[in-house]
Amino acid sequence: MAVFKIQRYDPEKDGRPYFQTYEVPVEQGMSILDCLFYIKERLDATLSFRASCRMGICGSCAMYINGLPRLACETQVTSLATDTIEVRPLPNYEVIKDLVVDLAPLFEKHQRVRPWIIPYDPVELDRPTKEYHQSPAELERYLQFAYCLKCGLCLAACPTVATDQEFIGPQALAQAFRYNSDTRDGGDTERMAAVDTLHGLWRCHMAGACAEVCPKGVDPALAIQLMKREAVFGKKKGRARLADPPHAVKLLPGILKAPEPTVKRSEGEI
Amino acid sequence: MRESRYWILSLVAAACLVVLLGTHLFLMHLDTLLAYLGMANPDPLDYSAVMARGRSGGWVGAYILLLAFSLYHGLYGLRSVLSEVVSPPGQRMLTWAVIAVGFIAFTWGTYVVIKSSLMGGV
Ligand code: SF4
Ligand code: FES
Repeated sequence: MAVFKIQRYDPEKDGRPYFQTYEVPVEQGMSILDCLFYIKERLDATLSFRASCRMGICGSCAMYINGLPRLACETQVTSLATDTIEVRPLPNYEVIKDLVVDLAPLFEKHQRVRPWIIPYDPVELDRPTKEYHQSPAELERYLQFAYCLKCGLCLAACPTVATDQEFIGPQALAQAFRYNSDTRDGGDTERMAAVDTLHGLWRCHMAGACAEVCPKGVDPALAIQLMKREAVFGKKKGRARLADPPHAVKLLPGILKAPEPTVKRSEGEI
Repeated sequence: MRESRYWILSLVAAACLVVLLGTHLFLMHLDTLLAYLGMANPDPLDYSAVMARGRSGGWVGAYILLLAFSLYHGLYGLRSVLSEVVSPPGQRMLTWAVIAVGFIAFTWGTYVVIKSSLMGGV
């Protein structure tokens, strides 16, 4: 049996947050999210929390569990090695109700860094004639940052976000670096202008808490330091080569056929 | 101007401060060490020594540079720290307040150094 101390707060009814205690019969393999569903279904239907995929993909179930921001669906109860589990909403965000926080600032800051490929050649984007060629080494440069699932744990852990709500934050900065490092992208200048500001790159104090809590192994602190270097010394970036889609390839036995090329050949072309 | 430019300037100021403050400390406050190294220096706070420095163009220039670099470095740091706790509506005012303090302090300090130099190093 585990005791769950859960922070409850409904801004429309409660004067201040308070803790409510529940007892949950924990079995091997149960995650914190399983326990929250147990409470909601059998003990107290008024408890609010957010979750969707239950498999560490959507980032919805981020909350503050026994003193650390974590994903509830990825945290096994037994891994906490205690019978008393305290669950609170993520710090550094407004509480909407109980464990549900307002993630709007996370998405607004994310949007500011233009987290999409800004092509060198917009015509090629609109009417593609070829495919972008990127080497494994070029992919490696940004791959770990592309794993971000926008759970917002890093902003909850960041001591600078705690004091400076304007700080653009580790998630958005890591994404700025991710797209700036992509050889298909030509939007470095616009992104740099968005992050090389008073509340951008230079507010990071290198605490590294973001990297510690990220459930996907993204290291936003590293991205920020690398981007500071680029802001000071400039950056040389290769451009992805445009190549014809592969065709007339003979498959080796046992190898599945690849999906159709995304760029269709025009009629008459071989 | 991008924040990185202000930040680089504060680093450059810090590097110059290391040299200027180092020289200042060495000549003004470590005279025992100087004597030990056999580089005997008359008491730096002696009236005639103060007069001589006040008359020297090199010293006047070094004092003004020391003032400029330390003001920039210190005030840039102060603005950075305060910008994390001052809410957005006050930040423009914060920047202007820091610029004003820097400007007044620099004008006043420069006036003192130049005036004393013109007076023959009092
Ligand atoms: S960087 Fe990691 S912790 Fe931050 S939002 Fe992305 S996945 Fe979550
Ligand atoms: S429910 Fe989707 S990440 Fe936990």
